[in-house]
Amino acid sequence: MFDNISKTLFFKLPALSRFILTRFGIEMKVNQHMTDVPFIQVEDIHFSRGDNDIFRGVSMIIPRGKVTAIMGPSGTGKTTLLKLIGGQLTPDRGRILIDGQDVHRLSRKALFALRKRMGMLFQSGALFSDLDVFENVAFPLRVHTDLPDTMIRDLVLLKLQAVGLRGARHLTPAELSGGMARRVALARAVALDPELILYDEPFVGQDPISMGVLVQLIKRLNQALSLTSVVVSHDIKETLSIADYLYLIADGQVVAHGSPSTLEVNQDPRVSQFMHGEPDGPVPFHYPAETLYRDILGHDLAIKAG
Amino acid sequence: MQSKFSHYAARVIGLGRKGCDVVEALGRATVFLAQSAVGVPSREGWSLWLRQMHFVGVLSLAIVLVSGLFIGMVLALQGYTILVDFGAEQALGQMVALSLLRELAPVVAALLFAGRAGSALTAEIGLMKATEQLTSMEMIGVDPLRRVVAPRLWAGFVALPILTVGFSVVGIWGGYLVGVEWLGVFEGSYWSNMQASVSFIDDIGNGMIKSVVFALVVTWIAVFQGYDLVPTSEGISRATTRTVVYSSLAVLGLDFVLTAVMFGGL
Ligand SMILES: Nc1ncnc2c1ncn2[C@@H]1O[C@H](COP(=O)(O)OP(=O)(O)OP(=O)(O)O)[C@@H](O)[C@H]1O
Ligand SMILES: [Mg+2]
Repeated sequence: MFDNISKTLFFKLPALSRFILTRFGIEMKVNQHMTDVPFIQVEDIHFSRGDNDIFRGVSMIIPRGKVTAIMGPSGTGKTTLLKLIGGQLTPDRGRILIDGQDVHRLSRKALFALRKRMGMLFQSGALFSDLDVFENVAFPLRVHTDLPDTMIRDLVLLKLQAVGLRGARHLTPAELSGGMARRVALARAVALDPELILYDEPFVGQDPISMGVLVQLIKRLNQALSLTSVVVSHDIKETLSIADYLYLIADGQVVAHGSPSTLEVNQDPRVSQFMHGEPDGPVPFHYPAETLYRDILGHDLAIKAG
Repeated sequence: MQSKFSHYAARVIGLGRKGCDVVEALGRATVFLAQSAVGVPSREGWSLWLRQMHFVGVLSLAIVLVSGLFIGMVLALQGYTILVDFGAEQALGQMVALSLLRELAPVVAALLFAGRAGSALTAEIGLMKATEQLTSMEMIGVDPLRRVVAPRLWAGFVALPILTVGFSVVGIWGGYLVGVEWLGVFEGSYWSNMQASVSFIDDIGNGMIKSVVFALVVTWIAVFQGYDLVPTSEGISRATTRTVVYSSLAVLGLDFVLTAVMFGGL
């Protein structure tokens, strides 16, 4: 009963809190643009780390108000791509536009202003270790708004309720399990009701129940606020159920993109291998190495030869 | 002949590259200092600063005061055995006070501070970097240079001079305990000789200037090493070591330069 009330409240709340935030002088841009104007444009990105060419010409369009999923084998650079979008890393070539602004040409101040409009869920959670769970979620509200304490308390508790951790508010990050920490991080990422949320592997380490809750949460946040979501995930079933559009990256390039239904029937072997989780196929499972035969036998021979 | 030449050439190139790295790191450190230390603190900045004053200053108090006491006691003991040969043990107070105020208090307090607070600052900021806390703060739209680094820098800048004062006071008292209470130097001459010879500007003032310089350098090194390290456990342990080594060397080297300027008539 109470659960239901709080759930409705939670999803009504964004509208309410946006109203409050505007009253307190926080500019919250409401999406008045046409929905077909892309929110993020990634244009021909090249990026390398040392000799490791991570991206060799990646272009993407991430539409406004939709859930866009980015999938690909482990180590292809999905996290790197999110960091490029967030302005943490700078591409060697190409540019990224968010709402028409070139992220890597902004001044430090403008970049921080832009980031207030985004939320990012880190793969590692990245909670502040000197603050407890409650203060972690309250952090963005405290630094970016002048809301009175009672209101911050209510907002934080509702966000924690939505991820099922209202009772854990006094724990420190060190006392949380991995899955709990990511849920707290999720609550923190949506604390300010941002226009854009970047989720890096939101489902990792969740049991089936909390997984279901998170899937619903992401979907409803997206619908209720018409915010733009980018989800990086390996969980194909869950991702397909919420994504409006999908990008598959491998080997430094976009291999395929389209709506979930078109990708599921895509004939490209690289795509179908990934979508159906087959170990053998054109997408290598192994990090580049010499052949197993040489690695093991060559070593044995070397030992024998002394 | 050819190979010998190319060997030297490679060395020169290596040296040049190393030089470039050093200059580049110094540049990064300077930009870092300018971006974090400059600016008006917000209301919240003050409370963050106070919190760091506790970690950096209050928690270093015990070790600094205890060391000050022992150093004062040793100074009195050694000074007495020398002075008594010249029948000048009345000058013990002067000797203890001047050694402490001019040299030992600023230098030893700074060395202790580097070991106690500096290494902790490096490790703490480094761990925040390694666990992506600094990155996530940036993504929330908060500049970690202002929020994390600035309060720690300013706490260090302020805490060390205060600790140095405490070090001197306790050290002079320790000298009194050994010299007057134990070895029997006349109490009146211990204090009056000290009063007559210690000049406020030349001795206390110069000692404090040293201490302020050391505070800037040690805290800067500690915080920059934490912020700039390679975010792995090995990187953190190396950076912590570097903090202690670099700041100790910097303190001792600068102390010579400052002493030469202040007291050497340069
Ligand atoms: N700090 C770093 N320094 C050097 N190389 C890195 C660094 N971080 C990542 N890489 C390399 O960049 C590549 C992409 O890493 P990234 O973390 O973006 O992969 P990912 O697609 O997110 O993988 P996963 O699905 O396992 O999270 C990897 O090959 C990795 O070796
Ligand atoms: Mg990743």
